[in-house]
Amino acid sequence: MTVLEQDREITEVKAASSSGGFLESQKRQDKLLKLLAYFLLILGGLTMVIPFIWMISTSLKPASEIYQGNFFPNAATLNNYRTVLLETPFLRWYLNSFIVATISTVSVVFFDSLIGFVFAKYHFPLKNVMFLLILSTLMIPTEMLLIPWFIMSVNPPVGPAWVNSYWGIAFPGIITAAGAFLMRQFMTGVPDELLDAGRIDGVSEFGLFWRIAMPLTLPAMSALAIFNFLGNWNAYIWPLIVTSDKAMMTLPVGLSFFSNENGADWHLIMTGATLSVVPLMIVFIIFQRQIIRGIALTGVKG
Amino acid sequence: MSRLTIRQRQVVWAYIFLLVPMTFFILIRIIPTLSAFNISLHDWNPLAAEQTFVGLENYRQLWEDLLNPRSVTHKAFVNTFKYVLIGMPIQLVTALAIALLLNEITRMSTLFRAIFFIPFVTSTVAIAWVWRWLYQPQYGFFNVMLSFFGLPQQPFLKSPNQALYSITAVVVWQGLGFAIIIFLAGLKQVPETFYEAAKIDGANRWQSFWRITLPLLNTTLVYLAVLQTISFLRMFDYVINMTTQGDGGPLASTTTVTLRVYREAFSSFDMGYASALTVALFGIILVITIVQLKFLSRDY
Repeated sequence: MTVLEQDREITEVKAASSSGGFLESQKRQDKLLKLLAYFLLILGGLTMVIPFIWMISTSLKPASEIYQGNFFPNAATLNNYRTVLLETPFLRWYLNSFIVATISTVSVVFFDSLIGFVFAKYHFPLKNVMFLLILSTLMIPTEMLLIPWFIMSVNPPVGPAWVNSYWGIAFPGIITAAGAFLMRQFMTGVPDELLDAGRIDGVSEFGLFWRIAMPLTLPAMSALAIFNFLGNWNAYIWPLIVTSDKAMMTLPVGLSFFSNENGADWHLIMTGATLSVVPLMIVFIIFQRQIIRGIALTGVKG
Repeated sequence: MSRLTIRQRQVVWAYIFLLVPMTFFILIRIIPTLSAFNISLHDWNPLAAEQTFVGLENYRQLWEDLLNPRSVTHKAFVNTFKYVLIGMPIQLVTALAIALLLNEITRMSTLFRAIFFIPFVTSTVAIAWVWRWLYQPQYGFFNVMLSFFGLPQQPFLKSPNQALYSITAVVVWQGLGFAIIIFLAGLKQVPETFYEAAKIDGANRWQSFWRITLPLLNTTLVYLAVLQTISFLRMFDYVINMTTQGDGGPLASTTTVTLRVYREAFSSFDMGYASALTVALFGIILVITIVQLKFLSRDY
């Protein structure tokens, strides 16, 4: 406070001693800079938006207009959407993506929080060993696990083959080490006194987690949930490997399959792209603040 | 009940809570990692009845391919490093510039932030196809614009000389929003008083940037550089979706290590060689992670 006051005093003294003209020119310079900033940002913003506009515009064009090079459709039509939604398994792919992303998000939020809770609040033998074991898995790139996972999915330890099943797509991501570490950080902030008070009141150990620790770490959990859902919704390489049945593909795998099949039918491909991009945009617009705050808070990459 | 039993009960509960997670990490992470090393020591074809142990043969083959500039594997490694060395710095510099601009303005900064961020939340596959369409000869958006301004048409993805750069541009474009948010969070940590003090001492904006902002953003920079380097090293989604038949062409000019892994393992069924490739990738990422830890633990 005092330093700040001193600063202000010095500024005032300086301002008083320098000529008014200097301040004027400084102000004008600031204004010019701001104008330039807006100009550059609008330019950058357009670069971000134009590909999406071109995508949507193409999706509204009849096939005959694709090779005319007009920016907006002359005779806008929703026929492409009818074609894609009714004549391809797009709706099924939506459903598959939704199911897989939901299963893994629920599981990740529950288990990652539980791991975080245990490592933040319990003392037990081998704690450090287990912690290091989980930590070390962060260094393994997914690429290295794809082949073993695939072999495992063809010949699973239990039950029939995991390929072409929701479990097969979801199993590598039902618990994440990064999320567990994130949650551990936030669980450390849960006061021990609160947990002890709960114990005295006869709350079970699981109850302490479920009814005290989880509600207190809700902001971190929602950030984790959003990123995990996004990550699973957009996941590509593993779902691509584990699904060969068209009916079991997720949205990105289906879109890729569909686009490769439809070669030069850009109006249909862009319709598919629009259909897979727009729901996420809507989700993003609704949760914008939470998503951006969550990223700044955790630095996790979706 | 004595105090000790309460303690013991807690220990038991901790183990119960960790039962499923530890099983998961051992079964789905640790064992598959060891298995990848094991597969890389075999001539592993999933269609064959038996897998023959070949020792380091796959690594010898990998080494030979790396030294042979005409092999696709050699090209894959060279391209992957190109993606990192071109894409990562451009992405960081652009994102930092935009973050500084966003810091400069007061009105509409939330809107701009959201606009820059939108591509990051959308599916990479969709983005790859949208840009593939933008890059199309003659009727793609870019070539329509070029001919509108009377400029010569460009082949973009169809040219071995332009394809890699065209794909890099998309990756930079899509990842900008993330880096911007991280930079903005870093910039918030710099105390306003530092700038005021510098101003009093007669420093201009340029000097404040080099002497205050940049040094204080060091941790953020290293963090982002490593994160982006690793994601460029693992490039796959864009390349398989932006090249004809997902072959990493034209003439293997855009193929990456991960695409090689995918093709070797799931098109050629040479899983031994593919696993050796993933072990090499693992080694590279490990070195970068260790360097990052060294940098981040240093005091500034």
